[in-house]
Amino acid sequence: MSELYSLRKIYGETLVKIADKYPEIVVLDADLAKSTKTQLFAQKYPNRFFDMGIAEADMVATAAGLASCGKIPYVSSFAMFATGKCWEQVRNTIAYSKFNVKIVATHACLSVGEDGASHQACEDVAVMNVIPNMNIIVPSDDVSTRFFTEEIAKIKGPFYMRLPRSETERIYSDNKKFVFGKEEVLRDGGNVTIFSMGLMTGIAIKAADKLRKNGIKVNVVDILTVKPIDKDTIIEFLKKSGKAVVCEEHEINGGITSIISTIASMNYPSKLRSVSITDKFGQSGDWKELFSIYGLTEDNIIKNVMELEND
Amino acid sequence: MFIMNIDELRRKAYQLRIDIIEMIYNANSGHPGGSLSAIDIMTVLYYKIMKHSPKEPNMPDRDRFILSKGHASPALYAVLADMGYFPKEELKNFRKANSMLQGHPSYLKTPGVEDSTGSLGQGLSFACGVAIAAKIDRRDYNVYCMIGDGESEEGQIWEAAMNGARHNLDNLCVILDYNHLQIDGNIYDIKRPQPFAEKWLSFGWDVMEIDGHDFNEIIEAFETFKSVKGKPSLIIAHTIKGKGVSFMENQADWHGKAPDKKQRDQAVEELKRYV
Ligand SMILES: Cc1ncc(C[n+]2csc(CCOP(=O)(O)OP(=O)(O)O)c2C)c(N)n1
Ligand SMILES: [Mg+2]
Repeated sequence: MSELYSLRKIYGETLVKIADKYPEIVVLDADLAKSTKTQLFAQKYPNRFFDMGIAEADMVATAAGLASCGKIPYVSSFAMFATGKCWEQVRNTIAYSKFNVKIVATHACLSVGEDGASHQACEDVAVMNVIPNMNIIVPSDDVSTRFFTEEIAKIKGPFYMRLPRSETERIYSDNKKFVFGKEEVLRDGGNVTIFSMGLMTGIAIKAADKLRKNGIKVNVVDILTVKPIDKDTIIEFLKKSGKAVVCEEHEINGGITSIISTIASMNYPSKLRSVSITDKFGQSGDWKELFSIYGLTEDNIIKNVMELEND
Repeated sequence: MFIMNIDELRRKAYQLRIDIIEMIYNANSGHPGGSLSAIDIMTVLYYKIMKHSPKEPNMPDRDRFILSKGHASPALYAVLADMGYFPKEELKNFRKANSMLQGHPSYLKTPGVEDSTGSLGQGLSFACGVAIAAKIDRRDYNVYCMIGDGESEEGQIWEAAMNGARHNLDNLCVILDYNHLQIDGNIYDIKRPQPFAEKWLSFGWDVMEIDGHDFNEIIEAFETFKSVKGKPSLIIAHTIKGKGVSFMENQADWHGKAPDKKQRDQAVEELKRYV
């Protein structure tokens, strides 16, 4: 088995690494710095770190004020609280004014594991996606996490970046350069396309490679930028294959299944299937076991591809 | 532009009250009550206390005013227009489609507006962020933030109150427009956010109480704020909702209602006497 990386640790380390290059960066957390790993930044740059206490609404609105004075605030908490506790503050005080605030949330969805449903935001992408001016990045491995942690500092405007709690394998080569707004094609030349987001991309690649061994070629497109989504690449692959499985560790309503379905139905109606969470709360348990209970597995992806293939 | 004389400040405030009434009458919607209770304080801030430049609304060292009770936008727009942040004719377009003057302040649309407000409870957190930025950058601007007494029922106000004291934001001055009314009636009967002074003192703030329509007291309070070190200041301004228009004074019903032609004429008539 290949090495596992903690994406939130990569996030914290990257913040430290880029801090001198971007003196405008300040970091805010809401009493979860040890978990979100912003603590790494806090230790090195105590004067640029603000623990706002357990007050997420106050935190994001304070960040907007800092941004209005030229700071680049990175704001971290669990995905549940960073998007749920203060959705309206993010909408009205950050996004409406296009303030340059980077919300980087960790512990998204089922990856939380044992803490259970109260802490598992499986709808965070949906609620951020409906906010005008918001940009959304969902890295899938350590390389993309490292890249986008810095990249969003260079691009003016509000961002939501979603990270898991659990660790995951590397997908991209070490110094890979990504383009914001462009999805990454990981496997090509097949009759079915898998569109995947976040932790599901690693699982999707494994499914694709297993299928390939059995003579079934599958495309894999990693949806790194959820907003503004790369319509061109999505339409290109729908045209190539006409069939797609959308995989997300997220609620089907409002997630990338919904987003890609809309693009498909308006541009190139295709046969779509979804590997996602279907109108359910999460629950406690080892995260891998939860992925299996909710069907976020290699086997389920393969099953869906096969059904499409044989359709 | 700046006014030093108390009588002139008072006359200016009454002139701006007329603008407020005209805007709301013209739009046939808007919030007269909380605009009229706030305008004396805002007049003192913009015409006497704050360092700012309408020609250079983004001047980095400007003092900032954040209207957390964003529904009092007519008061803010009247001041900004009179100061030359945008042409006075724009006031006619208040609340109209494609206007730069939205029902509630919009940062991207209106020069001089520092924060998009309207959803109550958020402006003070924003103001703390602006004040912290000044501390980080060692700039010496001050941040003024006006909140409503009804707005103080929002939990986020108290989150921000903790934050302001925690960071010793002595460059932050909050003005509480204590007019006793919110939409559904008297704040004491609804949620009872009082006592204010004791609460803010215990949160670690410097607290002053003034008559929010007495220009000498308003000016003195802001001067005192500038001399307080190590903690943020709260000015509890005792005000009258609808101040200056007899039939609007202390009437919750005039919180968010436009006057008809007759009411507008009477209001302007009453206000003119003080201009
Ligand atoms: C979060 C939120 N809830 C409700 C409203 C609707 N609203 C607008 S003004 C107001 C009453 C405000 O009362 P107060 O803060 O005392 O303002 P003032 O008396 O100065 O007008 C309410 C409830 C709002 N704008 N924002
Ligand atoms: Mg009131």
